[in-house]
Parts: sequence; structure tokens; C-alpha cells
Amino acid sequence: MVNVKRLVLDVLKPHQPNALVFSQTVASAGVDYKVYLIVLEVDKNTETIQIEIEGNAIDFEAVQSAITSMGGSLHSIDKVEVQNEAVDG
Amino acid sequence: MRLLSQAKFLLDITCTHDIVRRYFVVNGFDGALTMLGLIIGFLITAPANLSVIINVCLGAAIALGMSGMSSAYISESAERRRALGKLEQAMISNLQESAHGDATYWLPLLIALVNGLAPFIISLLILLPLWLSNAGIPLPVSPLHAAIMVALLLIFLLGVYLGRIAGISWLRSGMQTLIVAVVTAALIYLFAGH
Repeated sequence: MVNVKRLVLDVLKPHQPNALVFSQTVASAGVDYKVYLIVLEVDKNTETIQIEIEGNAIDFEAVQSAITSMGGSLHSIDKVEVQNEAVDG
Repeated sequence: MRLLSQAKFLLDITCTHDIVRRYFVVNGFDGALTMLGLIIGFLITAPANLSVIINVCLGAAIALGMSGMSSAYISESAERRRALGKLEQAMISNLQESAHGDATYWLPLLIALVNGLAPFIISLLILLPLWLSNAGIPLPVSPLHAAIMVALLLIFLLGVYLGRIAGISWLRSGMQTLIVAVVTAALIYLFAGH
């Protein structure tokens, strides 16, 4: 089974929710997600951020849904790390 | 509890805490001063039946509540829609399904509720001595005087609340609002007392 272990996303978001709440909401999309968020650029109404997510099996749909629920817009998937893991039995 | 945290989240992302607080104080103050004016008006005219006074004041309280609710809803809906439109332009995307879209729908309702309930509840508290007296419960002073005392106390407390928000002396702030109430009472006595 091929699982996504790491994702780096380029996202445009409004100033609110702030980076802390934003990353917490993304992290809550999975049980073991670790999120790093870097603000790359700040404009008048928006900010461009880079989110790095680490997890055992990242659910991209859930992450994208968390981002859009906070008004964010996914611009690009900049980095992906996947692993083919043997299924027991 | 979840509803409260969701409301707090929506207030956070739209930075509207201060608007809700302002509406609460402004319209609460309106309600208290209106009741004070009505009760002083009854006090200085020919004695009226207590149930008549209660009905007149209750009518005014309901009207204040409805006025506060409808005006806040209409103005806040327009403001929220405008803010969402500006944000959508900046994001170049539709935000209706996001928390910002939810805020555009729910916050005007919340603000309208605060703006309507503040004068209504404050008015009901001021009318409490009149109800108690009407129900046959004895009061240490006349019901109209007791209602005026409750009104002055609530106006003072609104000032204390403002003082705490501003981080200035609560006593000074409370006294400021109390002075407004006393001046209002004096003006009513001056113009309606003769």
C-alpha cells in the first residue's frame, strides 16, 4: 500500500485565522499529523504560506478540506514523499 | 459548548469582538436610560396604576429589543457581505463554503441578538421591582423609586464594564455613566416636571 508520508504545500490564505490556528486545524485533519508552517509573504488582505505535513498516511482530501474550510486556497503541491508499505497478512 | 467555541472562532477570524461589545454597551445604555426616563415620567405625573406603568415600560422594552435586533442585523449583514466580497477579490476564490462564509451568515444574527437582548434584558431588570410590587411582595421603598435605583445601579455597572475594557479606573468610568443618568433625570424633571 502506498502511503503519503510528507507533503509540502503552497497556500494562499486570508490573515485570519492566523498561522497558529491554521496549522492546528490542518494538524487536526489526521491523528498523527505534524505540521510546519512558514509565512512566505504578507499582503494587504492575504498571506502566502508554505505548509509541511508529516504523517504515517496523510489523507490529502482531508488536508485540502481543512485548508478550504478556513478560506485558504491551495496553489501547488511543492514536495511529496510517499512510501510503498507491505500490508501484513 | 461547541456552539460557544464556534462563535468565538467566527468572532476571532472576523475581528468583531469589539463590535459585539460596543453594541451591547450602547444599546444596553439606551435601554436603561429609556426605562429611567419612562419611570421618572410616571413618578412626576399623576399616580398611575402599576400594571399600566408595567405595560407601557414593557412595550417600550420590546420595541427597543426589536429595533436593536433588526437594525443591527440589516447593517451587519451588509458590512459582513462587503467584507467577504473584498476578501474573495483578494483571494480570487469563492469563500462561501469557508469559515468566512459561515461568519457572513451567522455573525449578523449573533450581533443582532446581542443588540436586541441587551436593552430588553436590562429593561426587564429595571422593571423587576414593579413586578414584585404588583405581585404583592413588599419592598422597602416605593416600586418606582426601587426601579430608579436599579436603573442607576445598572447604568453604573455598564460604566464599570467600560472602565475595565479601557483599563482605566472602574470607579471613574462608572461615575461618568452615572452622571449621564443623573443629568438625564434632571432634564426630565426640568422639562416634564412642570
